[in-house]
Amino acid sequence: MKLFGVTFRHGVHPPDSKGLTDAVPIRRMPFPDRIALPLRQHAGKPARCLVEKGDRVERGDKIAEADGFVSVPIHASAAGTVAAVEWWPHPDGSMAETVVIDVERYSPQIPRPRIVPRWEGLSPEAVRAAVQEAGVVGLGGAAFPTHVKLSPPEDLPIEWLLVNGAECEPYLTTDHRTMVEYPERVHFGIRIMMQCLGVERAVIGVEKNKPDAIAELERTLPGDLDVSVMPLTVKYPQGAEKMLIEVVTGREVPSGKLPMHVGAVVQNVGSIATIAEVFETGLPLIERVVTVTGPGVGKPSNLIVPVGTQLQDVLDFCGGVTDDAAEIVFGGPMMGTSQPDMRTPLIKGTTGVVVLTEAEVKPKQTYPCIKCGHCLDACPVFLNPSELGILAQAGRYDEMEERHLMDCMLCGCCSYVCPSNIPLSQMFALSKNALRKRQAA
Amino acid sequence: MIAPAEVVGSVVILGGVATVFGAAISIVNARFRVWEDPRIDGVRDLLPGADCGACGRAGCRAFAEEVIGGLAIPAECTVMGEVEREDVADYLGIEVGDADRRVARLLCAGGRDVAPYKATYHGIESCAAAAAVTGGGKACPWGCLGYADCAVSCDFDAIAMSPFGLPVVDVDLCTACSDCVEACPLDLFVLMPADHHLVVQCKNLLTGDAAEAVCSVVCNACGRCVADGAEGLIEMMDGLAVVNYERIEAENPRAIERCPTGAIVWIENQQFPELLVEAWSEAS
Repeated sequence: MKLFGVTFRHGVHPPDSKGLTDAVPIRRMPFPDRIALPLRQHAGKPARCLVEKGDRVERGDKIAEADGFVSVPIHASAAGTVAAVEWWPHPDGSMAETVVIDVERYSPQIPRPRIVPRWEGLSPEAVRAAVQEAGVVGLGGAAFPTHVKLSPPEDLPIEWLLVNGAECEPYLTTDHRTMVEYPERVHFGIRIMMQCLGVERAVIGVEKNKPDAIAELERTLPGDLDVSVMPLTVKYPQGAEKMLIEVVTGREVPSGKLPMHVGAVVQNVGSIATIAEVFETGLPLIERVVTVTGPGVGKPSNLIVPVGTQLQDVLDFCGGVTDDAAEIVFGGPMMGTSQPDMRTPLIKGTTGVVVLTEAEVKPKQTYPCIKCGHCLDACPVFLNPSELGILAQAGRYDEMEERHLMDCMLCGCCSYVCPSNIPLSQMFALSKNALRKRQAA
Repeated sequence: MIAPAEVVGSVVILGGVATVFGAAISIVNARFRVWEDPRIDGVRDLLPGADCGACGRAGCRAFAEEVIGGLAIPAECTVMGEVEREDVADYLGIEVGDADRRVARLLCAGGRDVAPYKATYHGIESCAAAAAVTGGGKACPWGCLGYADCAVSCDFDAIAMSPFGLPVVDVDLCTACSDCVEACPLDLFVLMPADHHLVVQCKNLLTGDAAEAVCSVVCNACGRCVADGAEGLIEMMDGLAVVNYERIEAENPRAIERCPTGAIVWIENQQFPELLVEAWSEAS
């Protein structure tokens, strides 16, 4: 045990603002009148649509199939009639092809009877197939298909299963409430994952600001498995995959490599609980826990929301927004994306809805860099944001690449600490896009 | 105090070294000289020297080499005026030749006056940045964001921003170098022959009322231009009228007459003539 607690080097300490919802039990939101399910809700290829206008679907029916290996199917999150397959606002700001379903108002919303796979003795291939078929993706925000993470190449032995319960983004309490309320489900999910990956050891990393979650997980620890809970220092970005690996295993993921190259697989607590649900009920990923919070929302809550519920419906259910609400962000305030349209649906990767007020989003005057070096002390991957920022302004992307721009995960620590209010992380996002575009050309 | 002998000594040594190396360089230069057509530099000096790449070559010198080698004709340099082209042709004793003059056309007419915003964007003032932050707040996610990335990229000052935040290309200054095509994050610029008149100034894939809700000069895919234009001239593809430029010889202003929004236009040389700098500065 290190002297000052278990953590990585650098990082920042934003106010965690979790007090609004961290003691609020998860409630189930009633079905809205209309849901919108984009075909692109995961990293990888968008799903291929299987329904057309006028089709009747039951809750849990597959409406789009996986297109290739890095892709997952999409399921109807409520029974109803397909109103249209059309362009609809997507949380990334674009328009995306979306299946719009008019929810049947008086339906009991009972899914068709389905075969629940028996997890014991199930081969890894069968587990992966079941996980893909259930449309499970990483629920921490990036929405990377989970079955791909469960398929490491043969020559890379996996020693660790790391369960990410750090939840370092301010405001969000999605994973926190999941761990407090469904600890058995988390442990059951871990059991299935350990069997599938053939690993002996699993560690659940939880930041210390969630003592009730740590206590619940420890109380329900299974006796026959090597699973432990590791309390982590409260620091952003503790929940970033590579930071968590460094803290728990002491190994650093090399530049350009993946967690599997150091023998680790990281899964978010929410994804683990979803996998457990797949093997408990057979139901695919059609609902998720979402934190609706922020000073601009009437009644901050933790909700189970059908995937595809529109932003307006969620906010209405949570008491609407206050008069001084200025910005709505999907995900946390550090890495989330702001939403310009109230029709935007909450999708599989939406961890939270944060409504910020004018006081918090007031645009700040940008000043020239004073070379104070705060950003260097903040960057968790040890880049030089100050220098990179100057190169970005000059459009010298090749030199940025030499200085490991591609290792930047856009966590926003540099922007957060910059006393001159330079939008460093936005500049890096653009530079990364420009570099990718150039490499593709 | 430095002894005079030391000064003399160092001058002699350094001077000797310089002489030896100088002699070596001149011998090598004479012995291994590669003969180069002196006309290359001659033509290069007559070219504009912008190295813009509009001709499709790496720069003015590369273009000069190809002109002399007969692989290119002077008319392909769109930056030069008629007189300069004649100069190059006279210098080499060849014809100026004919090349299709191309210009950049903007496939969006949705300035701030006609295309509403649904959110306000705060951040880096560039189209690329705004486009990356959930679409920059414009109701039409395909439309021009108006932060002038194209005007900044233009080396010839051919693009000016109109009062409604729409870039206006001055056809007389445009050299079709394609810098603006690359600068636009929404791919709204295309290079097309200047004598093509029919242009659909829209990339919005929505149809009907949904389209008109986000912009009043949108293509709502009604299909009237398809019916009115010559057979096969205009097609309706994915909610957008698309002109088939292979059949452009059949183009006719009749195709735009019944367009309810004005998304398809007949361009006589200058696109958005009413928004040219001179036009709107006089009006105001």
